[in-house]
Amino acid sequence: MFVRGELEKIERKILNSERLSREDGEFLFACNELSWLGALADYVRKKVSGDIVYYNVNCHVNLTNICAARCKFCAFGRDKDDKGSYAMTIDDAIKLVTEASRDPHLSGLHIVSGLHPTWTFEKYLSFVEVLHEKFPTLHIKGFTGVEIQHFANISGLSVEEILIRLKAAGLQAIAGGGAEILTDRVRNLLCPKKCSADEWLNVARTAHKLGIKTNASMLYGHIETLSERVEHLIRLRELQDETGGFQTFICFPFLPKNTALEKNIRQTSMWDDLKTMAISRLMLDNFQNIKAYWVMLTVPVAQVALSFGANDIDGTIHRENILHEAGATSPRSLAEDEIIKIIREAGRIPAAVDCNFNVRRIIK
Amino acid sequence: MILDIAKEKISSGKRLERDEILALYEDNDLLYLAESARRVKEIHSGKKIFYTVNHHINLTNVCKANCPLCAYQCQSGDNRAFTLELAEVEKVVRSQGSGIREIHIVSSIHPDKTFDYYLDAVKLVKKILPHVGINAFTPVEIVNFAKISGKNFSEVLSKLIQAGVTSLAGGGAEILSDRVREIICPKKCSASEWLEVMRTAHKLGLKSNASMMYGHIETIGERITHLLKLRDLQDETGGFMAMMLFPFHPANTELGKKFNLRRVGSWEDLKMLALSRLVLDNFKHFKAFWIMLTLPIAQLALNFGADDLDGTIGEEKIIHAAGAKSSAGISREALEKIISETGYQPVERDSFYNEI
Repeated sequence: MFVRGELEKIERKILNSERLSREDGEFLFACNELSWLGALADYVRKKVSGDIVYYNVNCHVNLTNICAARCKFCAFGRDKDDKGSYAMTIDDAIKLVTEASRDPHLSGLHIVSGLHPTWTFEKYLSFVEVLHEKFPTLHIKGFTGVEIQHFANISGLSVEEILIRLKAAGLQAIAGGGAEILTDRVRNLLCPKKCSADEWLNVARTAHKLGIKTNASMLYGHIETLSERVEHLIRLRELQDETGGFQTFICFPFLPKNTALEKNIRQTSMWDDLKTMAISRLMLDNFQNIKAYWVMLTVPVAQVALSFGANDIDGTIHRENILHEAGATSPRSLAEDEIIKIIREAGRIPAAVDCNFNVRRIIK
Repeated sequence: MILDIAKEKISSGKRLERDEILALYEDNDLLYLAESARRVKEIHSGKKIFYTVNHHINLTNVCKANCPLCAYQCQSGDNRAFTLELAEVEKVVRSQGSGIREIHIVSSIHPDKTFDYYLDAVKLVKKILPHVGINAFTPVEIVNFAKISGKNFSEVLSKLIQAGVTSLAGGGAEILSDRVREIICPKKCSASEWLEVMRTAHKLGLKSNASMMYGHIETIGERITHLLKLRDLQDETGGFMAMMLFPFHPANTELGKKFNLRRVGSWEDLKMLALSRLVLDNFKHFKAFWIMLTLPIAQLALNFGADDLDGTIGEEKIIHAAGAKSSAGISREALEKIISETGYQPVERDSFYNEI
């Protein structure tokens, strides 16, 4: 560990397992000591989560891209009459999962979709019921806080009732997306039709109380300030103190291509991505897992991110749709042996997990 | 513990020996290597990161060496085959903007072209752009020139200097071990010939770069031997300006197919960069060759000991034939932005690292 003048204080806090303050977080974003930040995050990662790196053999299921919210940062959502709009039938979903199930290691589904303007909650629910019934061994992680709040709005049920019915249908975890930046200033500008920051947090809180684990995320690199990134991390940290129900935290760098912000915003640099990853690990001292989502980071950056605080590299995915609409240059899926090679080269131990981080196989 | 000795040597600026280098490699502590290499970089070049406005010219891809490692070369008659006539070279050179600082010429080992063809190409560049550096030809090409012209290395190099070459390219070193070369490039010059060309060039006052191509069939021990050979020669002559690391791109190569090789990860790239910076204590500059690494990883490399992003490049053909996904050229503004984002200071250089 290298000590550098004014950074000593923060370094000492981390070595003493003391919590970083808002000011510390802002200071870290302002500093440019990348390998110092990485080394600290790596120290914390090792202490909190050891040398195992988690991945899953999974399949993404995006039921529809027709969406009533049409957020400015999104290249996936469409109006019903737009070219390229689609809405799966139950048979379509079964076909996709049947195909992905040819891999005997497939352990779970990740279901996130647009807010379809005419679908009812029962329609979404029926996908979970049928997929769970047809593929009982697959774990189903589904829906972000945004979708859950939407289901409550369109059905007249409470968030709690929605979650209870989804759980009964076979849902085992909630996806981490839709958090974007948890401040209403940013949300009003970028995604005014999405749930508010408080609503997003409330869905997570309610799920945790019902024993449903959720993930958390941050979409950064658009119009937010660095203080708002820190605010976002602190709000997640506070809820985690309260419930302990977040499993992993995912950093999403914003990909501007094909979005309404394309002309005004440049994609983040890898420098910013790794800094944000390391600072997230340092600020989120009560999170067990930090994910390097290779789809957005690209595989080479995701691999290096394993030394900047990450201990989770997401999954094989089968076929990624949402971010490839926004110009993601990474492949649409990764072979399991490629994930294993990436993790091993970093000197760490690969472990395949289901969506609740139960270890299925440790790859010796 | 060897590792402790290695770390102690690094913090006191002492030279690393073979077993210590191996211990650091096996320890695999990426950020320790990064931080150490970055401090060494800052001793050599402070907060400066160099780049240049350059253009690559590949005269031909027709080659009689047929190295299994290469996706670029082909036989004459192949539909990919090309050999530039001097008039075409002239067109490319005349199309350069006024900001051009260096022309980089490397090519294949053409079965029929005479030494005069290459000399004439250099003279042409020199005539049109008299103040621009000409970084040209690897030792592999120099050995070929000696063979086809019946001259010795010294005579070949003197002719090239007269024609206008200002420095030698650093490629073709691959791994300086004859066991490895026998498998990856059996018809290329031997390890000792490569080193002898460089020694001769340096003695004639012709500076050069050096390189290593890793991530194929070589052992870690062979990588270390390679670095130590370069370090020894640099002790002797001081003629190397910069070191470059080339990860092997297996796509479309015989070697990749035969040994079922996959491109090593960015982890290995950054680790080898940092480790090489620590081993080659007598090299002033390390290039992060963005064409090979991609721009994001090249940017990160500035934190792992590199102090030079090479150049704007223009039209790169060799590495793109092996499936490189980076673009074939980049603007000066884009390079400066990438550097500034890291907190370092972009400095435009000429062929010899003089600031412009």
